Amino acid sequence: MSIPSSTSASTPAEPAKVTGAEIDASCRWPLLLLFATAALWLAGSALFSLLVAIKLHKADILADCPWLTLGRLRPAVNNAFLYGFATPVAMGITLWLLCRLGRVKLAFQWPMLIVCKLWNIGVFVGIWAILAGGSTGFEWLEMPRYASGILFVAFVLFGLCAVGTFSMRRAGELYPSQWFLLGAIFWMAWSYSAANYLLVFEPVRGTFQSVINAWFTGNLINLWLAPVALAAIYYFLPLQIGQPLYSRELAAFAFWTTLFLGSFAGLSSLVGAPVPRWIGSAGTAGYLCLLAPLIANAMNWHLTSKGNCSAWKHDLVLRFLATGAVAYLALGLLNLVLSVSRVSAVTSLTYAVVAKNYLAWYGFVAMVLLGCVYAIVPRLTQVAWPSEKLIRVHFTCSALGAALIVLALLAGGVIQGFNLANPSVAFLDVVRKTIPFIGISTLGILLFLIGQVVFLLHLGQVLRACLQPFAQAICAECCGAPLKAGGKS
Amino acid sequence: MNNGPLLFLGIFASVATSFWMLLFAPQVQIGRQQASVIELTGERYPAVRSGAASQGAEVYRSLGCVECHSQQVRQTGANFELWLAEPGTNRPVLAATLVRLNLASAVEADKLLEKAPVKLRSALGSIEARMLAAQLTNDDAKAEAVLATLGPDIQRGWGKRLTVTQDYLGDYPVQIGNLRVGPDLANYGARSPGAGVILAHLYAPQKTMPGSMMPPYRFLFTTRRINQGEKPTLPLDVAPGYDVVPSPEAESLAAYLGSLRAETPLPEAPVPAPPTKAAPATNAPAATPAP
Repeated sequence: MSIPSSTSASTPAEPAKVTGAEIDASCRWPLLLLFATAALWLAGSALFSLLVAIKLHKADILADCPWLTLGRLRPAVNNAFLYGFATPVAMGITLWLLCRLGRVKLAFQWPMLIVCKLWNIGVFVGIWAILAGGSTGFEWLEMPRYASGILFVAFVLFGLCAVGTFSMRRAGELYPSQWFLLGAIFWMAWSYSAANYLLVFEPVRGTFQSVINAWFTGNLINLWLAPVALAAIYYFLPLQIGQPLYSRELAAFAFWTTLFLGSFAGLSSLVGAPVPRWIGSAGTAGYLCLLAPLIANAMNWHLTSKGNCSAWKHDLVLRFLATGAVAYLALGLLNLVLSVSRVSAVTSLTYAVVAKNYLAWYGFVAMVLLGCVYAIVPRLTQVAWPSEKLIRVHFTCSALGAALIVLALLAGGVIQGFNLANPSVAFLDVVRKTIPFIGISTLGILLFLIGQVVFLLHLGQVLRACLQPFAQAICAECCGAPLKAGGKS
Repeated sequence: MNNGPLLFLGIFASVATSFWMLLFAPQVQIGRQQASVIELTGERYPAVRSGAASQGAEVYRSLGCVECHSQQVRQTGANFELWLAEPGTNRPVLAATLVRLNLASAVEADKLLEKAPVKLRSALGSIEARMLAAQLTNDDAKAEAVLATLGPDIQRGWGKRLTVTQDYLGDYPVQIGNLRVGPDLANYGARSPGAGVILAHLYAPQKTMPGSMMPPYRFLFTTRRINQGEKPTLPLDVAPGYDVVPSPEAESLAAYLGSLRAETPLPEAPVPAPPTKAAPATNAPAATPAP
C-alpha cells in the first residue's frame, strides 16, 4: 500500500511542511494501542454474541452460571462492541484524520496513551460489572456509574486532545471530514454525559427515562459513530479512487442536516411506547428528514467515484468502505420504514429491531471502521499487511455474516410481529416460529466471528513485525543479547 | 465553513436545539408528573411497592430480564359493547324491543333475558351504543354501553388497557423493554398464579410451561434433603427426598413479579367494566332502610 502525501483538499503553501510520515509516527503508539485493544474487544464481543444466539434457541446452555445468564450477556456483548470496539477505533480515526487534514503532528501523545489505558480500564470494569449484575438497566448505558465515570473522563481527555490538535492545524481550508469529526466529538461528550446524568446520577421520573434512553441510543449511532464513519468515507473515498471530492457544498448540506436532525431520529424507537405520541412522531419525522443528507451523501460519493466505479474490486480498503456506505444507505431506509407507525405496530418489540441494530453495527460502523484500520495501520507501522488473502477472508466473512444476521433477523422479526399481532397464535408458538431465523443468524454470527479472529491474528502479525526492532533494541540494551525471532514482543 | 469558531457555534446550536426540543419539552410535559389519588378508592396510584417487591425490582434489573420481557401493554383502539345488565320484570316488552331493534330473533330473545347480564352487541360506536342502551332501559330493566379496549396485547390477556406514563412513576429504572422473546409483564401480577408457581417457573420453566424458551434460574435456589413425609417448599418434582429452597433473591423477584399491575382505571386509560351479576344483589339490601 502506498503512503499518500496529501489529501484531495487543495491547501495553500505552508511555511514548515510536516510530512505524512512524520504525522503517522506521532500517532503511532496511541493509535496502535487503541486499534489492538479494539480488535480484541470485537472478537470477544462476537464470541459472546454467538453464545447469546445459541442461548436464544437453547435456553438451558450454561444456565447455572449467573454471570452468563442471557440478560447479562446481551448487554455485555452490546457494550463490548459499542464501547470496546467501535468508540476507541472511532477515536483513533478521529485523531489520525484531524492530524492528517490539519497537517500537524499529534501534540498530545502521552495524554492520549493515558486515555487509551483509562478507556480500556473503564470498559473492562463496566463489562465486569454488567456480568456481575451491576447493570443500570438502561439500553447501551448499562455500565454502572463508576465505569461510565471513567469512560467520560477518558472521552473528555480525548476530546481535548482532538480539539487541541484541530486548533493547531496549519491547513487553512477545512475539509468536510473535519466538520463531521468535530460535530461527533461534541455530540458524544454531550449526549453521554447528559444521558448518564439524567438516568443514573440524578434520575428523572417515569417514562421520561425511556425518552432520554432512546435519545441517547439514537445519538450514539447517528451523531457519534455515523459522523466519524462518514468523515472516514469522505476522506478515504477520494483518496483511494484518486479523484477529488465531487462537491463540498453537498457535503456541507449533509453535515448540517445530519447534525440538526440526527438527535430527533433516535426517538422513533418510542413509536407506540407509553410516552406522549408526539415523541415517537418526532423520531419518524427525523428519519424522514434524514433522507435528505442520505441522498446528498450518496450522490456525492457516486459522483466522486464516477468513471472509476470498479475500483473497489482490487482495492480492499475501498471494498470495506463501499460495503459500509451501502449499509449506511440501507440503514437510513430501514430506519425510516420501521419507524412508520403502521409498520412499527408490527415490527416493534420483535427481532426486526435487533436486525436494525446489527445493520448499523456490523454492516455500517464495523465495515467502515475496519476499512480505515486497514488503511491506517500500515502507515503507522510502516509494515504492509502480510497477506492480502487474509484481508479478503476477513471481508467476506464479515460482509456475508452481517448480511445473514440482518436478513434472518429481519425476516424472523416481521414474522414474529405478524404472529404477535394475531392473538389466535399462542405466544409459545410465536417464539417457536422465530427459532429457524435465530438459527440462520447464529450461522451469520459464527461467520462474523471467524472473520474477526482472522483479523485479530493478522493485526497481531503486523504488530509483532512493528515491535520486533524495538524489543530487540531494548533487549540488547538490557541483557546484551538479541531477542530470538518469533519471541514474545 | 473554514472558520473554526463559527463551526463550533453551529455545533453548539444543534446541541441546544436538541436539548430544548427533545429533553426540556418532555420534562415539562411528563417529567413532573406526580402519583395521583384515585377518587373512587382513595388510594395512591401508582402504589408504593412493598420492601420485598422493590428488592425484587433490583433483582429483575440485575438479571437483565428486560432483555426478553417488555413491560408495556399496547392498545390499538377502543369501541363500545351493548350489555343488558338486568332484564327487570316486564320481560315480554323487553323481548319485543330486542326483536324490534334486531338485537335478537324472536326465538332467542327469551333465552337471552335469562342469561343477563349478557353482551348483546360489540364493536359499536359510543353514540350508537348509548342510544340502543337508552331504548332498552325501562322502569327496572337496565342496559349499558360498556367500553371495550382493543388490540392483540389485550386479547392475549396481557392487560385490560394500555399502559400510560402514570403507570411507571414509581419505577426506577423504567424497563419498558424493546423485545418480546417472553410475554409482556406490565400486568403480570394481575394474572399471576401465585408466588409458589412463579418460583417453580423460575426454577424450571420448561416444567411449568412445556415449550417455554425461558432460561432456568436454578442459581437462585438451593437444594436440600428432606425426610420422607416432609412437604416440599415448591410444587416441583425434583428427585425424591430432595427439596428446592428459593433464595431471598428468588423470593423478592417473585414478590416483584406479583406486584406488577397496570389495571387501575385512569382518565387517560379507562378500563372496561362490564356489568356483573353480583353487584345488584349485594346493593339491594343496603338500599332498603331497616325497619
